[in-house]
Amino acid sequence: MNVLTAFAEDLVKGKIKVVDLTQTLSPEFPNISLPPEMGQAWPFRIEEVSRYDERGPAWYWNNFSCGEHTGTHFDAPVHWISGKDLPNNATDSIPPERFIGPAFVIDCSKEATQDSDFLLTKAFIENWEANHGRIAPRSWVLMRTDWSKRHDPAEYQNYDEEGQHTPGPDVDAVKFLVAERDILGFGTESIGTDAGQAYHLRPPYPCHYYMHGAGRYGLQCLTNLDQLPPTGAVVIAAPLKIRNGSGSPLRVLALIHD
Amino acid sequence: MADDRQLREFTCDPKQRKVLVTDGKTALGQALVSGLAAAHAEIIWVGHTEPWKKFPGFDELQKIPQVTLLPLDVTDSKNVREAAAEIAGKVDILVNNAEIHRSFGIGNRQGVETARAEMDVNYFGLLRLAQEFGPAMRSRGADGKSSAVAWVNLLSVYAHANFPPHGTFSASKAAAHSLAQCLRAEMRPAGVRVVNVFPGPIDDEWNQLLPPPKLAPETLARSILSALREGVEDVYPGDVAQEWLARWRDNPKALERELSA
Repeated sequence: MNVLTAFAEDLVKGKIKVVDLTQTLSPEFPNISLPPEMGQAWPFRIEEVSRYDERGPAWYWNNFSCGEHTGTHFDAPVHWISGKDLPNNATDSIPPERFIGPAFVIDCSKEATQDSDFLLTKAFIENWEANHGRIAPRSWVLMRTDWSKRHDPAEYQNYDEEGQHTPGPDVDAVKFLVAERDILGFGTESIGTDAGQAYHLRPPYPCHYYMHGAGRYGLQCLTNLDQLPPTGAVVIAAPLKIRNGSGSPLRVLALIHD
Repeated sequence: MADDRQLREFTCDPKQRKVLVTDGKTALGQALVSGLAAAHAEIIWVGHTEPWKKFPGFDELQKIPQVTLLPLDVTDSKNVREAAAEIAGKVDILVNNAEIHRSFGIGNRQGVETARAEMDVNYFGLLRLAQEFGPAMRSRGADGKSSAVAWVNLLSVYAHANFPPHGTFSASKAAAHSLAQCLRAEMRPAGVRVVNVFPGPIDDEWNQLLPPPKLAPETLARSILSALREGVEDVYPGDVAQEWLARWRDNPKALERELSA
């Protein structure tokens, strides 16, 4: 019996739990909005084509529209200027084996509850590793903040006069994860792999800048991270195969063995 | 006299009427709401997009007793349908002032995204509202003392002749104007008046680069309220709109050529 047949058997027996890390795509789910003078990504919109009616008597279907960075979505390296010239940097050219990887879940929920602008530091990660083991190469690092439990869009977006206040990694943490841990990518529960106030960091949006600059990926607007163990889960995150796409909404699944 | 039943039928005085203003985030929207409140409108629903962002004037709106804020994004069909399910059967006057205005022609903005956003709000937004609120308002054209009486569209004098520096906006308003004529034809048999408002440039941030004269949002709001009280169908508020109208009536081809200069 090879590892895949054993896996399939355990899956059928219910020994492998599948956790959906995806938010439901709907017009109500908060979307990213840039200052009005800049180009805007489309929010998710849906229009009925027919619903067993005069427009199509026996069938129901919709047209939907949205930007590449809508809902739970994947960021490809070409999304950022630092990753624009890398090989295999877009949704259609990334090797498909990169869409599956082990997950290391760093629980920052207490810190993020106390401080919306919480920044994950290298020291915090090293302390986490002391308890849970070293982060393996080619794995997803997921920052659990419980931000997805904020069901009120105003609380989820968390704007004030200064802009958005959401947690994210600091500059050194991102550099450490890329250079010293060689990770596949970084995932968050809020809109953006970077903190809401990351424009003020040097460089601005370090997670976008360094992750994508090194050919790594991002996952945003994840949910149910509280159902994952710190280590041992496997994440499947395959974006739509958009030609030269900078990202895509996607279904993110995590597998956990009993 | 103002409460005379026949006069109330002939005009659209907001007094004791229930009004929806589709966008409360702009200076015009807020001037309309305070004007309607001062005119003794009974209920004023005020739409606002992106409900997670508190906008300037939000607190002042909240303080007006007749006001109920309503998350409303005219680009979201489901949202418009649900808002209509909640209130369309009560709205006597609908003021659609939701618009997107960017100052681009064809050559000075790459791509179609900005133009598409203008169309989505300025044209399709009107279509969505008309499909969801129109039928309920038509059915209440003679509903006693406070019947459905008016539908106001914020168009632009650029709907008649394209103003090239704001060319895509002009095109979206021309489309909206055409659709408003369709709406008028569908609402008229029920006795609901469609009031089309054709202002010149409004004094707001998207017209910063235009020299005066520009129309103050408060002045425009007053013109709209007067039009309702007087039962006027087509409104050209302010000097710029009046002058354009005169030139357009005199010789549309000459106006087009002058605007291209």
